[in-house]
Amino acid sequence: METVYLLIVLAPLVAAAIAGLAGKVVGRTGAHTVTILGVGLAFVLSLIVAWDVFITGADVFNGTVYTWAVAGDLAMEIGFLIDPLSAMMMVVVTFVSLMVHVYTIGYMHGDPGYQRFFSYISLFTFAMLMLVMSNNFLQLFFGWEAVGLVSYLLIGFWYKRPTAIFANLKAFLVNRVGDFGFILGISAVLMYTGSLDYYTVFGQAEGMQSETINIWGDAQWSLLTVACILLFIGAMGKSAQVPLHVWLPDSMEGPTPISALIHAATMVTAGIFMVARMSPLFEYSTAALSFVLVIGATTAFFMGLLGLVQNDIKRVVAYSTLSQLGYMTVALGASAYAAGVFHLMTHAFFKALLFLAAGSVIIGMHHVQDMRRMGGLRRYMPITYWTCLIGSLALIGFPGMSGYFSKDALIEAVHAAELPGAGYAYWCVLLGVFVTALYTFRMFFMVFHGPERFDDETRSHLHESPWVVTVPLVLLAIPSVVIGWLTIGPLLFGGAFGDAIFVLPENDTLATVAGYFTSPAGFVAHGFMTPALYLAGAGVLVAWFLYIRRPELPERIQDRLEPVHRVLVAKYYFDDVNEKVLAAGSRFLGGALWRGGDQGIIDGVLVNGSARAMGHIAGIVRRAQTGFLHHYAFVMIIGLALLLGWLLLR
Amino acid sequence: MTGNLLFFGFAAVLIVAALGVITSRNPVHSAMFLVLAFFTSAALWLLLEAEFLAIVLVLVYVGAVMVLFLFVVMMLDINTERLREGFTRYAPLGVGIALLIVIQIGHVIWFRGADTELVARPEPRPEGYSNTAELGQVLYTEHVYAFELAAVILLLAIVAAISLTMRKRPGLKAQDVARQVAVNPKDRVRIVKMDAEKD
Amino acid sequence: MVPISHYLMLAAILFAIGVTGIFLNRKNVILLLMCIELMLLAVNFNFIAFSRMLDDVMGQVFVFFILTVAAAEAAIGLAILVVLFRARQSINVEDLDTLRG
Repeated sequence: METVYLLIVLAPLVAAAIAGLAGKVVGRTGAHTVTILGVGLAFVLSLIVAWDVFITGADVFNGTVYTWAVAGDLAMEIGFLIDPLSAMMMVVVTFVSLMVHVYTIGYMHGDPGYQRFFSYISLFTFAMLMLVMSNNFLQLFFGWEAVGLVSYLLIGFWYKRPTAIFANLKAFLVNRVGDFGFILGISAVLMYTGSLDYYTVFGQAEGMQSETINIWGDAQWSLLTVACILLFIGAMGKSAQVPLHVWLPDSMEGPTPISALIHAATMVTAGIFMVARMSPLFEYSTAALSFVLVIGATTAFFMGLLGLVQNDIKRVVAYSTLSQLGYMTVALGASAYAAGVFHLMTHAFFKALLFLAAGSVIIGMHHVQDMRRMGGLRRYMPITYWTCLIGSLALIGFPGMSGYFSKDALIEAVHAAELPGAGYAYWCVLLGVFVTALYTFRMFFMVFHGPERFDDETRSHLHESPWVVTVPLVLLAIPSVVIGWLTIGPLLFGGAFGDAIFVLPENDTLATVAGYFTSPAGFVAHGFMTPALYLAGAGVLVAWFLYIRRPELPERIQDRLEPVHRVLVAKYYFDDVNEKVLAAGSRFLGGALWRGGDQGIIDGVLVNGSARAMGHIAGIVRRAQTGFLHHYAFVMIIGLALLLGWLLLR
Repeated sequence: MTGNLLFFGFAAVLIVAALGVITSRNPVHSAMFLVLAFFTSAALWLLLEAEFLAIVLVLVYVGAVMVLFLFVVMMLDINTERLREGFTRYAPLGVGIALLIVIQIGHVIWFRGADTELVARPEPRPEGYSNTAELGQVLYTEHVYAFELAAVILLLAIVAAISLTMRKRPGLKAQDVARQVAVNPKDRVRIVKMDAEKD
Repeated sequence: MVPISHYLMLAAILFAIGVTGIFLNRKNVILLLMCIELMLLAVNFNFIAFSRMLDDVMGQVFVFFILTVAAAEAAIGLAILVVLFRARQSINVEDLDTLRG
């Protein structure tokens, strides 16, 4: 099997290298053929691995394939840990990636950077696979950074657009903040356990609980809590949790396929995956779990609200992603790791679907993204319409759809949680359901229903997208409907994750949920007894009322609630604070240090100053250098006399 | 007693000659005074029973080096007047430094060395003692490498002096044997066929 | 025999005269060379005197080498002087200030 694992990782890498380095040679067709073949191979092999793990029930594979370096007792290795968690992630990543590859043929048709794009997304797949398949922190960090790098490259793919460059720099910087926390967390783990290997570290988790470290002053902190919170800060950066979420909406500057691939389905889930993987650590730290819970809940609700005021179709979906990531994080905080990862999987399908559908709309509208200039597209793009409807229903948690199962299980788990902050989190996620439904169907109605708000010119070109676009939509729509029904049983309550996810008995919120789970159908039936379903329905109704029935109402509400609206449009002033306080502050500090420290002290005093002092001294001393032989002779003789005198008087 | 007399006599001549070297107007006179100084030094060295070096000093210094000096002094057309401008400008400083050095050395000799054998009068060597033989004994055994090095240094001096002063004159006619040998007849001789001239 | 200290004192005076000579004839390179010869002679005096005092022939060996080196030095120095004169038509030290800082 080891060969298979290697092949899964290396196939996208080789494909990326061919498409990227030999792009001119293989041409456009060659580039997409080779990368689709590479990712396709990875997908098929991942399916085999998943079959092996879930159905056949193979043992967990934990092996090193290559020792990169050994420093003292510390071995830096590249290895694979194949357990149910990583097997599931591998299938999700490769499947969504494959769909995006196919879709890209249509979306990027005619773009000058065609081969480069394919190379990047294949490279991204490689990085993500390295991340999920890793069996140690170092490789995890490698994948983590590689994913960040590729996302930087992809957001700035259209590097001639100033906004894209701004967005990719922003994403990179915000991720840096998170990564800094992440590497500090890894260091804390390494400091205590002396190992980077997952199993070695997890084995010592219980011991780390009682260990304390001194960070500031005399306060003693639990080492485990510190390490977990630091690791989670990394996850906050990558999974775009408040307050490190600011990069994700801006990353919509990139081409739509990568919005689907990176900012919905895979990269942003890296943080969720990581926390789930670290569950043996997080479980022992109530404080860290509470922190995770509160951050996630805040993100889930408040980022959803922002989706209500966006007019760019991709941004609505982006804020929805933020909100859904918040849901996953809440689940992690409530110790319902399986529910978080389950939501991650279902979300990957339906959010990729939504993004690709949005992309399809954008292709149809000739790269118009403003929803106020759409409307009534149902007639022109039937396939997109239906698949988008499926995606939207899955997103709001329509009973029976994949999103319903994951979200409902998650909310129930939060309901059962008893951590500090659990009550707040419960209300956040509950209200979030209403908000989700509202903004999702606001978008849906504005785009596909209502009057046509575009000109005749656009209408004459408007038609359904080509098959390379619609086929991935259909293929993603299928799991969006059925995956929840099929897998909720084994994944959440059947213990399919085995030892990959560790939950302490007293934290086991999913066990409470399992109490009233009998079958998927029973779970749907149970849903009618919870408020979430009714809130979602209310959201859809309100959206229908506001945007179909009385389209003039939103304007009036907006006027009436002007201050709230302003805050929402300004995205809670996060960007302003970042730019005006943090960025401007750093720039000011940098400028001050540059002018004061670099130019003043280092250049002025040390470098030029010493040179100037030298010059000054030399200017005086050079007068002694008359060039006359006898002067030198005199000096020698006088020196001789003085030396003699010193020897005598000594 | 005779030794003392000879020493003071020669010492006086030596000092006078040395003063003559540094004060003469004419460099030729300076050089001649220097010759005198070397001669008296050789005599004093004989008193110290360093016969070999005394002879070498006369032969090498007076015979070779000083002749070289004289030769150069006479060969170069030197404007001595200009060279003597400001002759006494640094004289006070020079004399002061010189006095200081003398006092310092004298202090060492007379006060610090008062109770050592510095002031002792060495006994004359026994009869049959050969300074040259003794010097040769160590020079060709213990210090043979240094001796060889000295020879090389002299050779170096010869080469350096020649290469410094040799100059090529532009119109000089000389043979270049290598080029002569390398000549090919074909380059030089051309055979021309002509019809015989009539009448 | 005369005490060694007399010879040493004589050498000191000779050396001092050489030093004075350098101060007096600072412009004339030939005389500078001669003064150096004088100073070397003084040094040789010291060597020989100490050699006699300590009854060690090493001092004389040293003098031998000093004479050799001094001869070489004089030869090269005079050669340089000749070249210099050819180039500048002067041996005035004050004309030789290209090294001035």
